[in-house]
Amino acid sequence: MKFWIGAAATVALAAGLALSGANEYFFYAGYVVLQFVVLATAWNILGGYAGYVNFGTAAFFGIGAYTAVLLFKAAGAPLGVQILAAACASGLLGFGTGLLTLRLRGIFFSIATVAVIFIMQTAIVNWRYVGGATGVQLLRPPAMPPFDSYTRMLFVVMAIMAVVGVCIARYIEVSRIGRGLRAIRDSEEAAECSGVPTLKLKLFACTVSGALMGAAGAPLPMYMSFLEPASSFDLNYSVSALAMPMIGGTSHWLGPVIGAILLGSVQQIVTVTISNEINVLVVGVLLVVFVVAAPDGVLGLLRKLKWFHRSFR
Amino acid sequence: MLFGILVGCFYAAVSIGLSVAFGLLDVPHVAHPALMVLGSYCTYLLGLYGWDPIVAGIALTPLFFLLGVAIYRFYYETFEKRGSDAGVRGLAFFFGLAFIIEVGLILVFGVDQRMVEADYIGKSLSLGGYRIPWRLLVAFGVALLLTAALTLYLSRTFTGRAIKAVAQDEPALRLMGANPVRIKQWAFGIATAVTALAGAMLIVVGPVEPSLDRVYIGRTFCVVVLAGLGSMTGTLLAGLILGVSESIVLTQFGASWAPAVAFGLLLVVLGIRPQGLFGR
Amino acid sequence: MVPPLLQIRGVSKHFGGFAALSEVSLEVAPGERFGLIGPNGSGKTTLINCVSGALRNESGSIAFDGAEISRLPAYQRTRRGIARSFQIPRPFKSMSVLENLVVPLGYVVGLGDTDAHAEALRMLETIGLADKAATPSNRLSQVELRKLELARAMAARPRLLISDEAMAGLAGNEVDEVLKILFDLNATGITIIMIEHIMQAVMRFSQRVICLDAGRIICEGTPAGIVKNPDVQRAYLGA
Repeated sequence: MKFWIGAAATVALAAGLALSGANEYFFYAGYVVLQFVVLATAWNILGGYAGYVNFGTAAFFGIGAYTAVLLFKAAGAPLGVQILAAACASGLLGFGTGLLTLRLRGIFFSIATVAVIFIMQTAIVNWRYVGGATGVQLLRPPAMPPFDSYTRMLFVVMAIMAVVGVCIARYIEVSRIGRGLRAIRDSEEAAECSGVPTLKLKLFACTVSGALMGAAGAPLPMYMSFLEPASSFDLNYSVSALAMPMIGGTSHWLGPVIGAILLGSVQQIVTVTISNEINVLVVGVLLVVFVVAAPDGVLGLLRKLKWFHRSFR
Repeated sequence: MLFGILVGCFYAAVSIGLSVAFGLLDVPHVAHPALMVLGSYCTYLLGLYGWDPIVAGIALTPLFFLLGVAIYRFYYETFEKRGSDAGVRGLAFFFGLAFIIEVGLILVFGVDQRMVEADYIGKSLSLGGYRIPWRLLVAFGVALLLTAALTLYLSRTFTGRAIKAVAQDEPALRLMGANPVRIKQWAFGIATAVTALAGAMLIVVGPVEPSLDRVYIGRTFCVVVLAGLGSMTGTLLAGLILGVSESIVLTQFGASWAPAVAFGLLLVVLGIRPQGLFGR
Repeated sequence: MVPPLLQIRGVSKHFGGFAALSEVSLEVAPGERFGLIGPNGSGKTTLINCVSGALRNESGSIAFDGAEISRLPAYQRTRRGIARSFQIPRPFKSMSVLENLVVPLGYVVGLGDTDAHAEALRMLETIGLADKAATPSNRLSQVELRKLELARAMAARPRLLISDEAMAGLAGNEVDEVLKILFDLNATGITIIMIEHIMQAVMRFSQRVICLDAGRIICEGTPAGIVKNPDVQRAYLGA
């Protein structure tokens, strides 16, 4: 019950902020952080719960963005339809990738996800209709009432998406599916022998994960008024989506959220104050540091602190 | 077609380090191509002081050997020993490492392509109507020597065979009194040292840029999987297959699709015959 | 004649050039206590991997309760009634002892969360692990791990339980504890295949024993008969 109140409060807060007189830059940056909440949460469904590491977040995200652009150019589809279509496209991509490689060892799935980035990016670069390598410009509708600017509306949309993503992740985590995924992560062989349909569950997680990533990419063309392959398939999306759950904690839905807010904010600050390249380096370094020193992430550290305090009571 | 064969042999040499690190030692070394690109840039740096790339590559091997030993030691202590969840964290670690190397190179050298100069770069050999660039022939030659040397090392020398043994039956090796960790460390060091030379050849073959490691993840893993994990001889054949396939796609569909060939071939092999040509 | 519960016919399995199993055929009757012995590397674990579905046999057939199962994925074989424990215990390390049992209770038996938790607790009481219910499974002693392995296999309500060296490395009284669990299970009608190196356990437990060597069956018979068999002695002690 507490969770649902929190979820509703988050949406209300986002809407309230968007209607207030806050600085426009806040919504530009806030959109990005919320977007990473969705990406990190999506990644964690397969990576954290089941233990299969996806390097290809950029591909699912990029395909989501391009599906949205395609529908917008071809049919003038509204944002809601774009998001749904993007989720379907990337979900299908996730399913296909999974079908090909989830029967094999985890590392081959990971390499295949790198392949997917390449193949999708090459396909888009060669596609004139969506702008090819040069990209495509978009005329986005003027301000959307009751919001003062389109960006503010997108901010609220992304907040809703973040809440929906977390709801999905939480549902999976506490359900029988989540237990099955954890069994797969702990010992896939023993899971099979305990009746867990490992391939089906992995495919499910991969599809849902991909779909969420695609949904997160759908508003991007509108957000930027512009879309090109190099930036939408940027490897930084892949590294961030992986780093954020690792930093926040992979076993609980709160972990990716914490990681996304922390790392997302750090990224915004570093990019603005130092440079984009240093920002990207910081992400990589933080990832390695946490993977080595704090494998259970921030949540794990917090848990240790509580235990520490309890045993000294 | 001839290009394909030459380049294919080059791919084999580039992948042979991974064949040891991943094929034999089972380390999820997705940072292997990044280390190779690092080698290329080191060669470029030495080239600025007038060093010939081949000489530079050879000079770099002991440094890279030490680097490899250090990386493996770190990986072993942090991940392999601890057991559970090591798979995910190990992969994330190497992915992070590759990324740090790539971004580090961008920060130091920028995103522009870098080239190296030597007597044999820029000139071509005329052979029966074909003009073959000397740089490809040099890379091909070094690649062949490297592959042959490593294969012989693994099958003829004592340490080499110990490395193969530790891949197949670690407990038995322990019973014989050998220390598996030290052997694996040594093997990883050699794999990284070889990669330095491969990097030198990479910049001989063509200009390099920091993001080159991404397409080479596809090429090296494709070769290693196609060959069959643990097979050194298969690496040469697999490299040739990849090289020829890429050159066919290059002529038919254009340059932008060529990088996707390696990944596509990898997916096909994993789907149809995951143990590769000569897998154990 | 009661039809056999498990029928293995002409099963072979190769790894590269190495023949782990060559034309193995055997039958296990329902309710039987069946022992499988053989020196290290003889193919015992490979055989049960083929039965449980962890590996696919290249040739031959494996039939359970009259139906061919060699093409089925492992989780479906578990749902049909074949359960196994692992030689080196593989608990779900991120889960408590109780939750380890909830997995098969949920996925094989189909119990909801509350029922599964209650049933899991009941099972833990029967084998003496109830006080460890909330303990993370990566903090158990050897004998506790072995018991958990067996309990998890039992939670799948199998008709055939394959116990793979469940007593390896245990002290005498611990061996007796595990043996008692297996005897009690068999008394409820569960067919048990026991793979063991501890000869006194095999002899006390089994009604029939088969000895494997280098992927082939070299002897089949009663415990007393097997021990006296010269081929078996040669396999264990060398020529």
